[in-house]
Amino acid sequence: MAELKVGDRILLLDEDGFLDNAADWDEEVAHVLATTEEVELTQEHWDIINYLREYYAEFGVAPMVRKMLKDTGKKQSEIYTLFPSGPGKGACKIAGLPKPTGCV
Amino acid sequence: MAKLPKKDELLQHKFDVPKTDWMDTPVEFKPGTYCYGAKAKNLEIVNFPNARDWSPEDEDWKLPEDWKGTIIEGISDYMSKYRSFRLFMDVCVRCGACADKCHFYMGTGDPKNMPVLRAELMRSIYKRYFTTSGKVFGRLAGARDLTEDVIKEWWYYFFQCTECRRCSVFCPYGIDQAEITIMGRELLNLLGLNTDWISGPVANCYIKGNHVGMEPQAIMSNIEFMIDDIETITGKRINPSFNRKGAEILFVAPSGDLFAEPGIFTCMGYLMLFEQLGLDYTMSTYASEGGNFGFFTSNEMAKRLNAKIYAEAKRLGVKWILGGECGHMWRLVNQYMDTWNGPADFLEEPISPITGTKFENAKSTKMVHITEFTADLIYHNKLKLDPSRNDHLRITYHDSCNTSRGMGLLEEPRYIINKVCNNFFEMPEETIREKTLCCGSGSGLNAGENMELRLRGGFPRANAVKYVQENHGVNVLANICALDRASFPSLMDYWVPGVEVMGVHELVANALVMDGEIERTLDLRCEPLPEKGVKSDV
Repeated sequence: MAELKVGDRILLLDEDGFLDNAADWDEEVAHVLATTEEVELTQEHWDIINYLREYYAEFGVAPMVRKMLKDTGKKQSEIYTLFPSGPGKGACKIAGLPKPTGCV
Repeated sequence: MAKLPKKDELLQHKFDVPKTDWMDTPVEFKPGTYCYGAKAKNLEIVNFPNARDWSPEDEDWKLPEDWKGTIIEGISDYMSKYRSFRLFMDVCVRCGACADKCHFYMGTGDPKNMPVLRAELMRSIYKRYFTTSGKVFGRLAGARDLTEDVIKEWWYYFFQCTECRRCSVFCPYGIDQAEITIMGRELLNLLGLNTDWISGPVANCYIKGNHVGMEPQAIMSNIEFMIDDIETITGKRINPSFNRKGAEILFVAPSGDLFAEPGIFTCMGYLMLFEQLGLDYTMSTYASEGGNFGFFTSNEMAKRLNAKIYAEAKRLGVKWILGGECGHMWRLVNQYMDTWNGPADFLEEPISPITGTKFENAKSTKMVHITEFTADLIYHNKLKLDPSRNDHLRITYHDSCNTSRGMGLLEEPRYIINKVCNNFFEMPEETIREKTLCCGSGSGLNAGENMELRLRGGFPRANAVKYVQENHGVNVLANICALDRASFPSLMDYWVPGVEVMGVHELVANALVMDGEIERTLDLRCEPLPEKGVKSDV
């Protein structure tokens, strides 16, 4: 399993670079995950990340993409501009959410 | 993750005779054609053996100490349990009728993807350890020793088969290659060898009732979101029902329809139909998955996951079960559920409360497919439909492997589509109905890291879609499977851009005239409907 060095901590990542343990996430981790996605975090990114964190805390899963767009007032293209790998593999990864699985 | 090749690079494979005999050709793990290994944490949740983190790229797969004995004992065990397995090992005459029928062989040119040879990977071991000729004559009799390389070869090729059973349609002996792949995967699971994309959903489903891992509040919130959109489209507020005791019908959908596009539009279709009918139904937030990735690990795991459907039907006290547009769910309902989890003698034989039709075919399972239910409604003129609302769509229909070959559901979806749309075009005859070509991602192969394999395996299907796109201007690929809805968008974008993917009940609800609705100006995706009388460009 790949590793992510955050300060003094060594965190495990899965093959796609998602946190192996969602509980490892904090803002410092988000900054380091963002570098793996070649994203420099601005307030606009943080608005999305904070939304995803809050949603995940309440529902235990990532939001539907359509719901994410409606709740954040963003268009899909704007999400891709902020997170080039997209809502799942970009935004959710940096926000420390697990990958969606199944027939999705 | 492997970089995706360009279209012409994917089409350069040859179908030449290989330079070396298949037994002397070692397996080569090509990036983009295999999935990640199953994680320890997910195997531990369901008490599967040899839980550890591993990668197929590692030299050492960390097999358990007596792995060879485990496999041979496993074969012996399955032989005694499943007569089909021994039969299929014994009766093949290598006629080759199946060879070019497999979408993975067509798409990769790899001889080990010929069904006959994929089966031979297993048959050679059976011969060596279970037949006299194989024990005495070895390779001369088509037998070979079981080694770690054989296990790696099995893992690579048994996860390059989607268990679609197209080959079995053409086999003069009726050998079901899917059964061989299923046995191969069963044996591999004895050694803790599965994929991350299968074992993750299995663990989720075991804990939370669905592959996505949605808890009740997530399911209800997603449905609430869909209901908001339905209100925008129709002006009507829908009242869903969850976990309601005493409802007449339990409705079970694949969880992809509760979470991801374009499945959620199919789910909106179900909700609108039930509302219009005033159907006395409920949805369970625990039996919240029709699909069953357990089936891609072992028979026993599939049985464990499937049990929740009858358990919830019993707890809620419903009369019968209605199931949504899911693929492998229906193969399991049709072929396994009754003996796995039945008899469902606490349920009644399903009767449509709207038409009075008795679904004789569901007499034992008590579970009716939604296209059977809806086709019956339309046949009895119980729905007011305006197919012109789908006039901007030019539709073709993909038979899911599982609903067509696994349960013979061929006419009902077509009947519905023809009633709710004016522009329906079939793909070529040898690519539909029981000869349907697989999406290339079934049986849990719909991961991201094996995208090249999926695009290769899906190429024959995409090519048939391209044919109707070029000849009839087709812009919609309709289907009745959540895995199709998940996997086809990327396949279409790659091979046939401009073709959208839709569940049949999305088309139904577009056409459905609901009592008291506002004049529709939006389709189920909240896109503007074309003005009346405007046809699509061809």
